[in-house]
Amino acid sequence: MKPGYYGNWGGAFVPEILHETFRQLNAVFAEAQADPSFWQQYVDLMASYSCRPTPLTLAENLTRRFGGAQIYIKREDLNHTGAHKANNVMGQGLLVRRMGKTRVIAETGAGQHGVATATMAAKFGLACTIYMGEEDVQRQRPNVFWMEKLGATVVPVTSGSRTLKDAINEAFRDWVANMDSTHYVMGTVCGPHPFPAMVAWFQKIIGEETRRQILAAHGRLPARVYACVGGGSNAMGIFQGFMADEEVELVGVEAGGKGLTTGQHAARLTAEEAGNHPAGTPGVAQGYKTMFLQDSDGQMKDTHSVAAGLDYIGVSPMLADLWEGGRVRMAAATDAEVMEALQLTMASEGIIPALESAHAFVQAFREAGELPPEAAIVINQSGRGDKDIFTIAHAFKDPSWQAFIRAKGEEYAKEPAS
Amino acid sequence: MTLAQEIKQARQDREILLMTHLVLGYPSFEVNREVIARMVEAGVDIIELQIPFSEPVADGPVILRANQEAIDRGVKVRQCLEFAAEMTDRHRIPFLFMTYYNILFKYGVEAFLQKSKESGIRGLIIPDLPPEEGEEYLTACRRLELAPIQIFAPTSTEARMKKLAGHGGGFIYCVARRGVTGTQTSFDQDFDRYIDRCRRATEFPLAVGFGISNRRDVDLLRGKADIAVIGSATIRLVEAQGAAAVSEFIAGLR
Repeated sequence: MKPGYYGNWGGAFVPEILHETFRQLNAVFAEAQADPSFWQQYVDLMASYSCRPTPLTLAENLTRRFGGAQIYIKREDLNHTGAHKANNVMGQGLLVRRMGKTRVIAETGAGQHGVATATMAAKFGLACTIYMGEEDVQRQRPNVFWMEKLGATVVPVTSGSRTLKDAINEAFRDWVANMDSTHYVMGTVCGPHPFPAMVAWFQKIIGEETRRQILAAHGRLPARVYACVGGGSNAMGIFQGFMADEEVELVGVEAGGKGLTTGQHAARLTAEEAGNHPAGTPGVAQGYKTMFLQDSDGQMKDTHSVAAGLDYIGVSPMLADLWEGGRVRMAAATDAEVMEALQLTMASEGIIPALESAHAFVQAFREAGELPPEAAIVINQSGRGDKDIFTIAHAFKDPSWQAFIRAKGEEYAKEPAS
Repeated sequence: MTLAQEIKQARQDREILLMTHLVLGYPSFEVNREVIARMVEAGVDIIELQIPFSEPVADGPVILRANQEAIDRGVKVRQCLEFAAEMTDRHRIPFLFMTYYNILFKYGVEAFLQKSKESGIRGLIIPDLPPEEGEEYLTACRRLELAPIQIFAPTSTEARMKKLAGHGGGFIYCVARRGVTGTQTSFDQDFDRYIDRCRRATEFPLAVGFGISNRRDVDLLRGKADIAVIGSATIRLVEAQGAAAVSEFIAGLR
């Protein structure tokens, strides 16, 4: 098989201007993989800077409520900057140092990857530009504030659907002009080879820890592992820990948005009903081949999700292959179900999952009761939800929050703009 | 006669050839028709017809917006193929398709190329399809005698250029600089060295594109390139002054 292919999916559909840049990136990545001290340096950095290993928490109240499997939550939300995105970003930061580049760029949807990249750039002394769809700038304003305070330039992207895919295109446009000084920190297990392999390699730290932790806590492997899937980096991260364990079922959860029949969703692989075709079809865009949400001409469609981080047309070629081969089962959770699961998790466990992560909780809650109490399931909480306060409060239509925002608006309106 | 032979022959009468570009269905097929007629009349040698795609990563803001608006107005691939057939029937100069790989992939690579051939298209430029990923495309192009035009970049090594040329047809599209379409290029000594490297790597005629917008730019390419490519500049012109302005603009380029 050609390098960078996972079954039928993947590849490197890269314009000629970037051919040399990718050659160099492949070489540096191969060198790092072959060097055990590199991985140790990465693990040490994540321990001293980002709270790794992150805990695995037994959710006793949720377990009791559903009366089935023991529910464990992998706490990627406790990473520095609040999500699993830090794993990949710090790892790529170490590669940037090896390459001697002085500037990083990144796309961001929810803003988590942007904040993580801006944080890494600040720590490593790199210039940083973040591309973010204008629609996402609006819905994730607090993350924009933090990126700017961390020293990054945030560029709102006004082309296309003004979301994650357009931010990726814009980051590529920057890169083709500035590749001599600049590394593109791709945030997920998508894009041209070697990005899926590289991001998955750094994220496998989640699965390696989880496997050790569940064996220590539960004495045996989990029956199922749940992870939300936008591009798929947190899912690939945790799934890799159990890939060889055939008895562990791996479940990816996509954004069902307003429902799979409405067309307003980001579910590429999940069919409305078992036996039906999924909404995604094979295509090549953004440098790789996967299942895309596109029309019959190959034009990408608009997607929708309450969670900006899942609001994306494509899915990791690795996950497309694992889905096609039956190793990973795909499901979808709607916006409404996500809000319910979020509320329940907060009130039962005192844990606030990100809207993205809450998708995985929905599917786990649907299935926990089917399994016996001797079984365990693991949910990957890829990020924390308190950073989503504006989106979550808005989605809950919380009256006291709305009153607060109105009052704040009036207060600012009285002050002269500085 | 192959496209490469035809270009070499045309070069015997003219010091530099002109290739222009437009985005199909932007602002409309009707305007495309008039623009093309004026371009041909003003002496353009080759026309590149871009089939719009929703993710045109190699294009800068002007062509990006044109792609997007064409799609928003409902332009379909089928219409682009029909329009191409009409143009090649009406005008004698070679027409090429420029688009991104997903348009071919989704249509079926073989079927798309077959249809392109039937529409009188002479070659294709697919910026996101390196030869390593283009086996099916390259094989079908050879079988159908369509030119799979390859792209050189200033970052391409000599070995890479030779490899690309080995897969190529028609001419080589030399990207003048780093970056996307539609911003200025400075044609300095570095550029001359780059063109020399391109020449040494291939026998194919060389087209130079990215940032060529006026007579001065075209003059600077005389004696260096075989074909000057004018892309975003005509789209900007038609937006600002309408299709009628194209005749004078093209006539003034050489």
